[in-house]
Amino acid sequence: MAAESPLTPELLAKFGPLRSYPSGDRVSTMVDPDKLVQTHCCFCGQQCGIQLKVKDNAVVGFEPRDDFPTNHGMLCPKGVRRYLQGSHHDRLTQAYFRDPSSATGFRAVAYEEAIQRTASEIQRIQSTYGNNAFAVFGGASMTTEKCYLMGKFARMCLKTRYTDYNGRLCMVSAGVANKKAFGVDRAANAMADIPLAEVVWISGANVAECAPITTSYVWQARDNGARIINVDPRLTPLARGCDLVLPVKPGRDAALFAGILHLMIEHDWLDHDFIRQYTVDFDKAAAVAKQWNPKRTAEVTGIRQAAIEQAAEWWGTAKTSYLMHARGLEQHIHGVHNCLGSINIVLASGRIGRPGCGYGTITGQGNGQGGREHGQKTDQLPGGRDVDNPQHRQFIANFWGIPEPELPHSGVDCYEILRKVETGEIRGLLSWSINPAVSLPDSQYVKRMLSKLEFYVNIDFFLSESGRFADVVLPGSQHEEDEGVVCSTEGRVIKINQAVDPPGDAKQDWRIMQDIARALGRERGFTFNNPREIFDEMCRASAGGVIDYSGITYEKIEAQNGVFWPCPATDPDGRSIDHPGTPRLFEPGSWNSVARGAGPFYFPDGKARFHGIDYAPPTEDVDETYPLMLTTGRTVNMFLSGNQTRRIGPLVDQYPEPLLELHPTLAEKHGIRDRDWVTVESRRGAMTVRCQVVATIRPDVVFVPYHWGGEKSINLVTISAQDPYSKIPEFKVCAVRIRKSEAPEYASWLEPQQ
Amino acid sequence: MKPEMEFFVEPSRCIGCQACYHACSECETHRGHSMIHIEYVDRSQSVQTFAMVCMHCHSPTCADVCPADAIKREADGRVMTARKPRCIACSNCVLACPFGVPKMMSELDLMMKCDMCYDRTSTGRKPMCATVCPSQALYYGPREEVEKLRKRSRIVNQFQFGEQVVTTKVNMVIPREAPSDIVDVTAAMHEPPTGRTITLNVLTQNGGG
Repeated sequence: MAAESPLTPELLAKFGPLRSYPSGDRVSTMVDPDKLVQTHCCFCGQQCGIQLKVKDNAVVGFEPRDDFPTNHGMLCPKGVRRYLQGSHHDRLTQAYFRDPSSATGFRAVAYEEAIQRTASEIQRIQSTYGNNAFAVFGGASMTTEKCYLMGKFARMCLKTRYTDYNGRLCMVSAGVANKKAFGVDRAANAMADIPLAEVVWISGANVAECAPITTSYVWQARDNGARIINVDPRLTPLARGCDLVLPVKPGRDAALFAGILHLMIEHDWLDHDFIRQYTVDFDKAAAVAKQWNPKRTAEVTGIRQAAIEQAAEWWGTAKTSYLMHARGLEQHIHGVHNCLGSINIVLASGRIGRPGCGYGTITGQGNGQGGREHGQKTDQLPGGRDVDNPQHRQFIANFWGIPEPELPHSGVDCYEILRKVETGEIRGLLSWSINPAVSLPDSQYVKRMLSKLEFYVNIDFFLSESGRFADVVLPGSQHEEDEGVVCSTEGRVIKINQAVDPPGDAKQDWRIMQDIARALGRERGFTFNNPREIFDEMCRASAGGVIDYSGITYEKIEAQNGVFWPCPATDPDGRSIDHPGTPRLFEPGSWNSVARGAGPFYFPDGKARFHGIDYAPPTEDVDETYPLMLTTGRTVNMFLSGNQTRRIGPLVDQYPEPLLELHPTLAEKHGIRDRDWVTVESRRGAMTVRCQVVATIRPDVVFVPYHWGGEKSINLVTISAQDPYSKIPEFKVCAVRIRKSEAPEYASWLEPQQ
Repeated sequence: MKPEMEFFVEPSRCIGCQACYHACSECETHRGHSMIHIEYVDRSQSVQTFAMVCMHCHSPTCADVCPADAIKREADGRVMTARKPRCIACSNCVLACPFGVPKMMSELDLMMKCDMCYDRTSTGRKPMCATVCPSQALYYGPREEVEKLRKRSRIVNQFQFGEQVVTTKVNMVIPREAPSDIVDVTAAMHEPPTGRTITLNVLTQNGGG
């Protein structure tokens, strides 16, 4: 039975998180590296090019990579210090069994013994309760080869419908909206279109901290004379340099977009030709917008009416524009509606599919785009195919060589998987590259469910907070220990190159999957010798799908510095071609595999869809007991659940522990001063952290970043309500109260990153 | 002929991410020590940050006040870290520099400062900080590039400190028309809390203030 290994000094001393600093070869100026490996950063979706310095099979530093066209050598602090995650004290180099009799909570075992036990537990649970009693959690930091194999492993080897991944927390609202409006899920443009735009609209995206190098594109647009509009309840580092800030109340974005569309219609700032020729259902969107006059929009969104009118005028009268959004818009129970609202104002302007006319979500995870393309998502098969579509099922079943009825149907999202643990329907879990005990909302519930599992195997390269619940821990590989492709925020498929070998018993993750398959006696389909073989199979599996990789090769990626999908191997008539890739989607006259010439969008009629969606409030509105809105997000030095970045000393030192941000007027009301301890409490839980009193946040909102675990995790407080379409949790708004507090017990013995 | 490469600092682009600070300490000549200063101006009021590299003055105050003649200006105009055999770690330079650049490394008994990545720039590479800077607030390249790309800005390299006028090798890029109002998020709210009268420029201009 799974249970949480208690947090003890011994566990922390063995597994960390401890901070690594440059030392030895990593600080010496005398080291001549054996090689420089051209690859990409392991963190966010920008996927900056970087060169890793390798000496004696260890990464000892980095050198900027000027030749990569997205970042031209630029990096954020995470990229600069990423090399310190290698050769780390905390690195898992052996397999472990949880062992309550051990002071660390775990005892090391032979790798093969851990594989055998994992296989026998999978067999026991599936033979006792059925195949679907075992679930799989994947992650979008892995290469696309691994993500593809993960989906195949869950369905063909484990024969379970319950597979899902951590993009569920990140990308899915944008993905669903893009499919509903455009028929395809990808940013429509390369970032090179941003500086060509007259207006750049950024909604719910802390660009400077979460996608730092994109800042240079926005500033270049500003230098070219563009107006920059930023919608966020906080003044983020980017917002300071924008022309117009719309400090929206969290959860009110759909109302804002309806209000903007209202003004566009009222002033006839519309592209009638585009709307007529390339779209349907404008009337439905207009009918909703009619109810959103500026006065009402201001009241609901909490933004001054004059600012809304100014934004609408700039947006309405521009000749070129780029609209981007991120989790601030997406992580809501109305996340899909918010995204569709933003797409409505893009379509009404007619500014898409041309130079300087762009739209896209900013991908959060390193492979946030690629990780959602080829089938680790519960409702999806390779090539962006639909697991419940009969033709798609038949194609993949044939491709994998299994009878179609044996291919499991769609399961449920990763949070719902935990709810099925509660009902006893799911008894076992295998997780990969995901840290649900920190990253999922309402984390007391998450931890209870992890404890309730009969068997939990956690695969990672550091022991995460979730790993502490595992019965078996298997040592996976770091980014620099394997090769493969990822797809960046632009839709650019790029190549990760191996710099060093996995240490000790650590294995490349696809090998671990295959070892489990072999131990289960189900190795057919899992006998690859290298990532290239997996890539080739995946590309063939994607052929003819919306997300067509069939014309991509490792060599083409290398030669072109990345290839934008779709990149088919054949032309519409089936003749072999050398397709260059598709940097900009939806260009007039462009061909795609769904419209087949009927129009530029990915529907049979080739037309994009407006949506008549109306605003509805978030799950929890404020009341007398919980009078404030909590919103969460990232800091520039940390990444996601912090399982990597909380072990890199110089990054930890930059912003060591979470701070609650609140406005001076709110602080004054509660007698709180800067750096006081403050308790923030919701209906689900409470946490206590120090605060930062700043005039850069709405006084009715407090903010806490989410990269820390245990009692420092703001997800103890957040709500697990989910969008009905995308199933993304509502991280970005719930009702809370705050009070001045005393130092919590943890402050006396834990290091900041622990 | 290759155009002359110059260093430009544009504070209005800075997002305070500290990539420059981290990257500086990865530089070969002073690995493990960052020479960059990066600070919030006033975090309680704004997210404005400021990254400070050595401005490489034409007549360096740090060198002028050095009693040991340890600080040298090279022929190309760059001012170097104090020479180890001469430096007496008196901190005169640290106190005197109008830009607050030199750092006293007490564990080395040596003043160290930004040398514009001598090891990199002398081999045709860009300084580490200006290479990685994701907002390009720190930029290294030909002057014509900056003039062409940053049309809303102008370039200055003269600074007044009391009676002292300082001319520098490193350039500062500032807005042509500098708006200087303090920005508070409540200024753009539908119902701003009472007691604060700060406005956003853009709204004032358009009669919405």
